Amino acid sequence: MSDLHTEIAIVGAGPAGLAAALAVCEHGRAACLIDDNPKPGGQIWRAGLTAGSRSATNREAWLTNPAIPAELTARLARVEGLRVLPAARVVATQNAGSLLLEDASQARYLHYQKLIVASGARELLLPFPGWTLPGVTGAGGLQALVKQGLDVSGKRIVLAGSGPLLLASAATLRAAGAQVLLIAEQAASRQLAGFVWSLRHWPAKLAQAARLRWALRGVPYRAGSHVLAALGKERLQSVRLQQGQHVRELACDWLGVGFGLVPNTELLQALGCALQDGSAKVDALLQCSQPNVFAVGEACGIGGVDKALLEGRMAGLAAAGQVEAAQALIPARAHQLRFAAQLAHHFSLDPAIRQLADAQTLVCRCEDVRHGDLLAYNNWREAKLQTRCGMGACQGRICGAACATLYGWPVTGSRPPIQPTRLGSLLQLETTEAPSS
Amino acid sequence: MLIRIELDGTVRQVPSGISLAAVLAGLPGRRSASGEPRAALCGMGVCFECRVTVDGQPHQRACQLPVREGMVVQRDV
Ligand SMILES: Cc1cc2nc3c(=O)[nH]c(=O)nc-3n(C[C@H](O)[C@H](O)[C@H](O)COP(=O)(O)OP(=O)(O)OC[C@H]3O[C@@H](n4cnc5c(N)ncnc54)[C@H](O)[C@@H]3O)c2cc1C
Ligand code: FES
Repeated sequence: MSDLHTEIAIVGAGPAGLAAALAVCEHGRAACLIDDNPKPGGQIWRAGLTAGSRSATNREAWLTNPAIPAELTARLARVEGLRVLPAARVVATQNAGSLLLEDASQARYLHYQKLIVASGARELLLPFPGWTLPGVTGAGGLQALVKQGLDVSGKRIVLAGSGPLLLASAATLRAAGAQVLLIAEQAASRQLAGFVWSLRHWPAKLAQAARLRWALRGVPYRAGSHVLAALGKERLQSVRLQQGQHVRELACDWLGVGFGLVPNTELLQALGCALQDGSAKVDALLQCSQPNVFAVGEACGIGGVDKALLEGRMAGLAAAGQVEAAQALIPARAHQLRFAAQLAHHFSLDPAIRQLADAQTLVCRCEDVRHGDLLAYNNWREAKLQTRCGMGACQGRICGAACATLYGWPVTGSRPPIQPTRLGSLLQLETTEAPSS
Repeated sequence: MLIRIELDGTVRQVPSGISLAAVLAGLPGRRSASGEPRAALCGMGVCFECRVTVDGQPHQRACQLPVREGMVVQRDV
């Protein structure tokens, strides 16, 4: 299959990637936007999986996603020079300037001059007794399943963990007819109150929080409360929770647990870009430590949709040569970064969360490696070699962040592929020399 | 609109446009290395817990697959 060429490649069609594409193309430059989902929107504007959309290479058809603000899709539909590659994922990078893409039918190279990485984040999933039982999912994971058509009407659901995503997920579940029994937030009520108070500096977010709270009226939201264990045989039957000084058990059909978000940095690491505190290290214009690479949105620090949109725009402008216009947005970004800092501060994990697993609890769910087996090791590399932790199907995407949280091991050395890939694509990677563009 | 898929040898009518993980609704698709039943966890293609055999192809992530008329799904439990 012949190679593709573009001026500016953008990986990820969530808010950050879409904003970047718009800024690039509205300034007369060509962009190629890649996302592994059939539809654009990323996590927050996740579209349902509709059968026909997989083949929607036509830009307008691809853009139809009612969850995305209409103004954004309308502007994207009008620009010139935007090519979209839906349901394609970046699986590897070889030389600076080329990415290996894979979709359902083929693998091919994309050569670029500049690259904007808008790869978003995934949930931080931490082990606790019973977390491998069917019926236990991520909190955002359960929301994603409902958006894919999972029927939860009348189901009893408990959400636990930390952060605003618990509320967003609860609102989706409730709108789908579920009975949300409880939202257990590990942060103490003093921390939560601090967060709400800080929101006065971000009126739009305060309004959003108020709307969510209204949508969730009647649903108990308990601070200082966390999951202790999921109980059941072969399937979840109930959950044991710590609520302040009390331990309580609740029968439920689904338990969604997420402790926050983890930036997706595999591609950035493969490109040799430096990380800081688990996300891309960027300068004031979102440039990474490697030349011609930008990181935007959750990939360069968890901060939500407004930060993602703004950073996407800034990097798009900078990549398109509109440096002054990008610089003019630096103060607005500083405001978003302060919000990100508030999030991190007020939802920081209680040390008790790191102690939930007992010796028998599996930490690596792919290779079934127990917490007790991992305590003997000092770092990720040693543990991997000795126990196969992180060597299974998900390639450490779940247990890597869990080990970093539980044992303080920095997660390093992401090797290709960036995403699990077909053997054929890898053979291509090893046998062909990628021409530089 | 309803379509038909085959799940473990039984024909089932399911809404079109939903994912296979949504159809399975927490029904385990496989057993883990130590024999535990496992079902969808992340809902977004990251964890690989939702793997099933689809049309003879093993290790397909159910959360990433829209259901298709005539799809043959085999759980490995
Ligand atoms: C499960 C989940 C649910 C969430 N729900 C909400 C919500 O309801 N409300 C809310 O305000 N916030 C929600 N968030 C927070 C969310 O991170 C931000 O609101 C916002 O979506 C971030 O935008 P982004 O563009 O940085 O990243 P994302 O929206 O995550 O977009 C990144 C995109 O890049 C794609 N991608 C990544 N790597 C590759 C690759 N190698 N090849 C191809 N494509 C790739 C991803 O599939 C994704 O579509 C959720 C987060 C998660 C993890
Ligand atoms: S549920 Fe995680 S990959 Fe499907």
